[in-house]
Amino acid sequence: LAYLAMYLFAEFDDAANLLAANPDATTISIDEPVEIPKNQHSHLQEPGREEDDELLGTNDSDKMELLAGQKKSAPFWTFDYYQTFFDVDTYQVLDRIKGSVFPVPGKNFVRLYIRSNPDLYGPFWICATLVFTIAVSGNLSNFFIHLGKPTYHYVPEFRKVSIAATTIYAYAWLVPLALWGFLMWRNSKVMNIVSYSFLEIVCVYGYSLFIYIPTAILWIIPQEVVRWVLMIFSLCLSGSVLVMTFWPAVRDDNRRVALVTVGTIVLLHALLSVGCLAYFFDAPEVEVPAPIIPAQNGTVITKSQ
Amino acid sequence: FPGLTDVSISEDIPVEGEITVPVGSHSPDEDFSTLDEPVRDTIMRDLKAVGKKFVHVMYPKKSSALLRDWDLWGPLVLCVSLALMLQGGSADSRDDGGPQFAEVFVIIWFGAVVITLNSKLLGGTISFFQSLCVLGYCVLPLTVAMLVCRLVLLAGSGTISFIIRLIVVIAMFGWSTLASTAFLADSQPPNRKALVVYPIFLFYFVISWMILTFTPQ
Repeated sequence: LAYLAMYLFAEFDDAANLLAANPDATTISIDEPVEIPKNQHSHLQEPGREEDDELLGTNDSDKMELLAGQKKSAPFWTFDYYQTFFDVDTYQVLDRIKGSVFPVPGKNFVRLYIRSNPDLYGPFWICATLVFTIAVSGNLSNFFIHLGKPTYHYVPEFRKVSIAATTIYAYAWLVPLALWGFLMWRNSKVMNIVSYSFLEIVCVYGYSLFIYIPTAILWIIPQEVVRWVLMIFSLCLSGSVLVMTFWPAVRDDNRRVALVTVGTIVLLHALLSVGCLAYFFDAPEVEVPAPIIPAQNGTVITKSQ
Repeated sequence: FPGLTDVSISEDIPVEGEITVPVGSHSPDEDFSTLDEPVRDTIMRDLKAVGKKFVHVMYPKKSSALLRDWDLWGPLVLCVSLALMLQGGSADSRDDGGPQFAEVFVIIWFGAVVITLNSKLLGGTISFFQSLCVLGYCVLPLTVAMLVCRLVLLAGSGTISFIIRLIVVIAMFGWSTLASTAFLADSQPPNRKALVVYPIFLFYFVISWMILTFTPQ
């Protein structure tokens, strides 16, 4: 009980600091395995959370939070079990996408939007859209780059669709698996306040990939500078969503471990976007150097562009 | 039950009655066995059913014929013909070209299965095979577009032919999406309709892209 009290006071300190900085912030919700503190926890915070609910304009009441532990009670071989992962409405999916594209500093994507209702619809279909967008945009951009050349014969490059699919689905599912395993391992050594379930991590990664869809479409523009600026911009946006989600989960750990974890997350994300840009989009043609025209009287005149 | 030990059915009282439960309406199949009819009748009945569904797809009205009597013959025929027409676009040995037969087949059937699972997981009330049937039949406009594209490509492959092909493919893509949405959207919960329609849009977009980028050798 003393531990619970200490823990709750630490929570209120944290919450007070956060609320002072940002009055709209929600408070931390604990993950499912810790059953007993969760019920008392949310009960104590009910008035604050209702206010936050109204501010956010959502209707997720505390009843949903309390019942969240009982939601996934169907055995995993029944259809109903998987239906619980698709329990989202259109406006919820759109809200989550909006939250991933416009990250607000200080607000945690998982706390704010997922709120223990992780869905598999968003990650799956955002990945599917991204696969086809990258393949189609890469094909289009190559077509426009090589358009004038007489030796160019257009090919649809269908092989690249399967390569894109493998890459993006592997990234969106294996990296969260590794990260979840790593966080669970650290949790057994250092007690962290915030911990995420595997599906919540998959959710964050899936929705954070959304910004790459318009980026891939804009990558058709055959200018290197434009492409790199776009890539850095989208990397900052989606990287910040990931960093703001996972920093609270590792900041109580050893400083070095926390920094390395967050750094690896950002590095893998950057590798994905750089790899996609390099493989699917041919480099635009470098400006042809000025042709040297021999003049009639023997001197060489360089024709400027 | 002590009181019933000496109950026995008397031999004098005849026991009679009907064992079978009378059914309200007999479906036509029970009136005769299809083993006795000529093969031509059997085949023509199925062909007529498939043809009727094709007509329903081209003029999508709110009829339930497509959903009630689902069959997968039409989707199979459409898928095979589309995959065959997309052949001949593969490049030389670098195999950087268009999709192979197996790839088109897998995309259409696997895509339809995934969309059906998606709509069922979101709480749709349509059955698995009904949804497959609708999605398969609504590939018909795109198959027509592929036919038109191949004919236009026989005439030439310049900019004008590309513009014609672009217009035809876009029109047929819109037709397919609208037709399948007209059949499938009613069975979804109202606040999730967009979540169900978007994958259908993506599915027909991918097929349209394969048709548009077909370049013969």
